[in-house]
Amino acid sequence: MDLVTLSRLQFASTIMFHFLFVPLTLGLSIIIAYMETRYVQTGDETYLNMTKFWAKLFLINFAVGVVTGITQEFQFGTNWSRYSAYVGDVFGSLLAIEATATFFLESTFIGVWIFGWKKLSKKAHAGVMWLVAIGSNLSAVWILIANAWMQSPVGFTIRNGRAEMVDFGAVISQPFATYKIIHTISSALVLASFFIMGISAYHLLKNHHKDFFTKSFRTGLGFGLIFSLVVFIVGDINGVLVAEKQPAKLAAMESLWETTDMAPVYMFAWPDPENEKNAVEIGAIPGFLSLLVKHDFNAVVQGLKDFPKDERPPVLVTSFSFKGMVGLGTIFILLTVYGWFKRKKLLENPLYLKIMIFAIPLPYLAIQLGWIVAEIGRQPWLVYGVFKTAAGASPVAVSQVAISLVAFILVYSVLGAAGFYLMFQKAKKGPELDSE
Amino acid sequence: MVLQSIWFFLWGLLWALYFMTDGFDLGIGALYPILGKTDEDKKTMINAIGPLWDGNEVWLLTAGGVTFAAFPLVYAVMFSSLYTALMLILFALIIRGVSFEFRNKIDHPVWVKVWDTCIFIGSIVPAILFGVAFANIFQGIPFDDEGIYQGTLFTLLNPYGLLGGVLFLLLFVQHGANWIIIRSEGDLHDRAVKIAKGIWPVLLAVAVIFFVASWFATPLYQNYLTRPILFVVIIVTVVALLCVRLFLNQENGFKAWFASALTIVGAIFFGIIGLFPNLFPSSINPDYSLSAYNASSSPLTLKVMLVVVILILPLVLAYQIWAYNLFKGKVKQEDFMY
Repeated sequence: MDLVTLSRLQFASTIMFHFLFVPLTLGLSIIIAYMETRYVQTGDETYLNMTKFWAKLFLINFAVGVVTGITQEFQFGTNWSRYSAYVGDVFGSLLAIEATATFFLESTFIGVWIFGWKKLSKKAHAGVMWLVAIGSNLSAVWILIANAWMQSPVGFTIRNGRAEMVDFGAVISQPFATYKIIHTISSALVLASFFIMGISAYHLLKNHHKDFFTKSFRTGLGFGLIFSLVVFIVGDINGVLVAEKQPAKLAAMESLWETTDMAPVYMFAWPDPENEKNAVEIGAIPGFLSLLVKHDFNAVVQGLKDFPKDERPPVLVTSFSFKGMVGLGTIFILLTVYGWFKRKKLLENPLYLKIMIFAIPLPYLAIQLGWIVAEIGRQPWLVYGVFKTAAGASPVAVSQVAISLVAFILVYSVLGAAGFYLMFQKAKKGPELDSE
Repeated sequence: MVLQSIWFFLWGLLWALYFMTDGFDLGIGALYPILGKTDEDKKTMINAIGPLWDGNEVWLLTAGGVTFAAFPLVYAVMFSSLYTALMLILFALIIRGVSFEFRNKIDHPVWVKVWDTCIFIGSIVPAILFGVAFANIFQGIPFDDEGIYQGTLFTLLNPYGLLGGVLFLLLFVQHGANWIIIRSEGDLHDRAVKIAKGIWPVLLAVAVIFFVASWFATPLYQNYLTRPILFVVIIVTVVALLCVRLFLNQENGFKAWFASALTIVGAIFFGIIGLFPNLFPSSINPDYSLSAYNASSSPLTLKVMLVVVILILPLVLAYQIWAYNLFKGKVKQEDFMY
């Protein structure tokens, strides 16, 4: 394999692994802070026990998330040095702000929170958890601003043979970033709420700690319902922006080859890039795509044929990942809406509870698919329309990257196995309660 | 020019702060098999840094991020040149970080042994390799005019590079032992004092050898000879190191720790000042060297980042000092969280 392919494989595998843990950190930090706040407000010990139990799982997850994040910050330099030199003026500053302004907050206060139970007042301790939640989520904000800039580069000019910043405000305030942030953080909250609901459902089915897990389930359900809707609605707005900024990506997401008005959405399409058409098309809804992305049935949407062959993203992966993500997003809404109507009678709905246990991995899958759409759909560009992926890799020996890639796969597999095993064990064991 | 120079020294300061803070975590990890005789010793050691190590490690990410933002070309050439060394450091820091969280989650001797080993390796490897990397930067790295590295990991393991590795390890071990003195009691405390005192003369000897070897192996002293007032930095570093022993004899762990912290900052600044204005000198041809002037970001980015740093960094320092102050007492068994 060549250098660029290996470098891409390494970046993709390390960041996808990293992002198995980050969403739970983002979402659960907020929900735990909420639980601890409820404890401070009401004095209800159940909320304290909930805080402690969910935090135990949170911290195992947090540890893996943090350490795998270190790799990401340095990998731009080790493996994508050409890219780094070209865009550092804009992109580097966003990563630096992330570390200075937000990662410090998260990492300093998580230590204070873990070790500070006896040293801080109840209120201060809950406040510290909010700082952790704010720090984690603001970290995500800066990373997503950086990613949004790769998708939709603004506020820069090409000077001195590189991209230089001319308008910092434009970089951080572009709508593409804003909607990406809301979409991602909402999806993290969906993942965290399904995590809580699934584990709670397991214990409710076994009749363990009924009060504890009913309250936990309902807390998760509230967050899950709200943010399943938010993630879907904002995802739709995202589509409009993608159509405007990255028309080739949109065409790939929908397997649309011909530029046309009344552009359809296919329920199912199997693209055939060789012959520039879909081999199979089922369930076309004419005009629906035009309506979704241009708010007009008759609007023209660009098809893939409008772009040179070497500037089209891989259609199959992009479109399947996109449809998978949307399908899962729909399921999350259905499951949480149903749960909301049954929230007072959870124990009388064992089938629903059982489904919720098996639903735990689904938001994980949806989130990974979402990132595949975002990143594969951006190809062949590293910075859309500005800088190609093939030009970005470091001039290091192929063997170096091959060895580090294998090492990452080995080390991360062990870490992932250990981390998930511990979470699984602790989740199954349930809380250690004094009463009941 | 002024902006670039400010960023040069901020860059140095961030690396110094990283080594000052995470340095004692790494040192304690390196001392782990020697000092941690019983399981309780080991738990005390982990819990002594438990509330702080994560925040300390962010200084590394900030130093890396600032290199990217302020000197993108340095970030690109430095990290791709030092590829294998940096990967080893990253892997080490990864396994160290999870070990603290994982170690006591399952009470099985094999499980515990695995993560204990990871804590040791994950600490000693970065401690040495950071020293190797910085010593090599001090003497120059073989990269060409395209920024392509003409060597391997073994090129870095030259005598001066290895001397740097030993120096960093000893500095961190001294610093770590001093922290254990502050936060432990009884037998562990007494053995930490013994080790801190035992290591000190070795550290002093290696530090002196390093200062002398730098004269022959690197161009660092040129800046000092141009402006002799700068020798103050070396004097302060040596005095701080002498104070470590003085305070150890007075059985004042806090003062000894502050002195070892200052020694580390001094040692880093000795190199940083000597390098100026180079961040990443080429040993093939000085013209290829990356400096604050030829490798920096645009003035606008440097200004934006300066505003961010001026606004945020004092705040970070304030809450980190607050956190240190909160967790400076003796670690008791009932306070174990790891």
